[in-house]
Amino acid sequence: MNGGQDLGGTHGHGPVEPEANEPVFHAEWEKRAFALTLAMTAPGGWNIDMGRFARENRPPGEYLSMTYYQIWLAALEHMAKEGGLVSDDEIEAGHSLQPPKPVRRILLPGDVAKVLYRGGPTERDTNTKPIFGVGDRVRAKNINPLTHTRLPRYVRGHVGTIERVIGCHVFPDSNAHGGGENPQWLYTVRFDGPELWGADSDATIKVSVDAWEPYLSPAT
Amino acid sequence: MQLRTRALETILIEKGYIEPAAIDELIETYETKIGPRNGAQAVAKAWVDPKFRQWLFEDGTSAIGSLGFGGRSGNHLVALENTSSVHNMVVCTLCSCYPWAVLGLPPLWYKSAPYRSRTVADPRSVLRDFGMELPKDTEIRVWDSTAELRYLVVPMRPTGTEGWSEDKLAELVTRDSMIGTGQPKQPKDLG
Amino acid sequence: MSGHEHDHHDHDHSELSETQLRVRALESVLTEKGYVDPAALDLLIETYEKKVGPRNGARVVAKAWVDPAYRARLLKDATPAIAEIGYAGRQGEHIVALENTPKLHNMVVCTLCSCYPWPVLGLPPVWYKSAPYRSRAVADPRGVLADFGVTLPKDTEIRIWDSTSEIRYLVLPMRPAGTEGWSEEKLVELVTRDSMIGTGLPKSPKDLAK
Repeated sequence: MNGGQDLGGTHGHGPVEPEANEPVFHAEWEKRAFALTLAMTAPGGWNIDMGRFARENRPPGEYLSMTYYQIWLAALEHMAKEGGLVSDDEIEAGHSLQPPKPVRRILLPGDVAKVLYRGGPTERDTNTKPIFGVGDRVRAKNINPLTHTRLPRYVRGHVGTIERVIGCHVFPDSNAHGGGENPQWLYTVRFDGPELWGADSDATIKVSVDAWEPYLSPAT
Repeated sequence: MQLRTRALETILIEKGYIEPAAIDELIETYETKIGPRNGAQAVAKAWVDPKFRQWLFEDGTSAIGSLGFGGRSGNHLVALENTSSVHNMVVCTLCSCYPWAVLGLPPLWYKSAPYRSRTVADPRSVLRDFGMELPKDTEIRVWDSTAELRYLVVPMRPTGTEGWSEDKLAELVTRDSMIGTGQPKQPKDLG
Repeated sequence: MSGHEHDHHDHDHSELSETQLRVRALESVLTEKGYVDPAALDLLIETYEKKVGPRNGARVVAKAWVDPAYRARLLKDATPAIAEIGYAGRQGEHIVALENTPKLHNMVVCTLCSCYPWPVLGLPPVWYKSAPYRSRAVADPRGVLADFGVTLPKDTEIRIWDSTSEIRYLVLPMRPAGTEGWSEEKLVELVTRDSMIGTGLPKSPKDLAK
């Protein structure tokens, strides 16, 4: 979606402000919001693409003014409600008012280390062959879905070069919306700075994105 | 916000940069004197007077100027003709450009993110928000007011108004019909 | 989304305590329903607060600096090379190492959210997840480097990698001069987190002496 999260190339946000000796978490609630989000993927049956969409799918004004973990919290509340796991009155009350929804599994303490170490690899086997090869010129399509996509606006319509054929990976545009993993060939596509930012811009810059095959068409 | 505005006004007056009477005049002008009635008058005239209609589409600024309207945000007016196959809509995606001289100051929705973001991409859904549905094959022309040109939509004259005076016709011309987010009233609506 | 979570304005305080209450309410409900186990939550927090952090990545870099065969393995296929040292898992299932050279400087960003190689760098800092970095890294990397006090030669090519997929990027900075014969342990001290994102350079021997 063309939401508040698609920030590449936007202006007006001011300088980057690193914090010296920054703690991992700035408040106790951040730790809890972080852990709850990770732990709820099991009972929720959610995948990471659904989570990303829930976060980016905030009204842009809110997205841009919320802090990072406030966004996580808002997304978690939304997904938990949508999934029928909690209700608005329960969140309001701060405790359970109805019986829980039966869930397949929850994250147990003994499994934490194993689950984190295993992670969630997204590469999948396939019988298909990649359409593009290293060095091919490709154009990022002008797509504007209301749903989840990982093709940022700043590259759409622009021509780049295939730098790497990565492999066949879960396709977020489907996976975020119950369309299944639908794995597609994934490429690193490299764009020259001036192609993206104009003829007068810095020619020493090159920017790449990782783009799935459905995002790309051949460029002549 | 009230305190900040009051503070700024006080300072600017104390420094002699602005005249309080001029501020009041500006406010009164746009609150009471200049408004969509102006545009409605021009549209009604175009409905009854073919020569004026032609002039309006060829040179909106002069034609509307002949009625006594013009000036700020009306120096370069372009009239857009709605037909049975083409519907025009006006937006300013980048801020709030609007033909003040004929419509007064823009409404809040015109200046807000939902309208500014969706009109150029999905005008039919915006029209639906206004309770309007157009035939599937009607061409929708969206005009993004990115320069100093200001656009005035001339809606189609409602049926059943033969012989009506300009003044009576002007009452059918709604503000939204001159932006493109509405249709003029029907004779029965005036009853 | 500026990096101003720690600003001390009154409205921030009341917003934060509202957030605190909401988190607490949600945690209570989720725990009561049995969807989450409090001990699991604590372990998740402990892992990323204490156990996984940039020191992991620094060890990978230091090893690559001293061991050319490891360096070659790392650049060819970073995920198994990093797993050799014991680091792997969530948000690091597919890692690519990016080699800085005198002619090429690499920078990593996630314009769309905050994708970051957790197993080697831990959780990302606020600035990495915030609008200024996400908006400017791809368009004005030199301006961003200036915010970090780094200036590169005018003709250095700057490669920005926008992490739009599950591929995670780790910058392999150049080994500082004057470190010949140094042990891996000592070299680890020079590898800063920012040098592995691309917004900084490693420390030099004299920085350590300070």
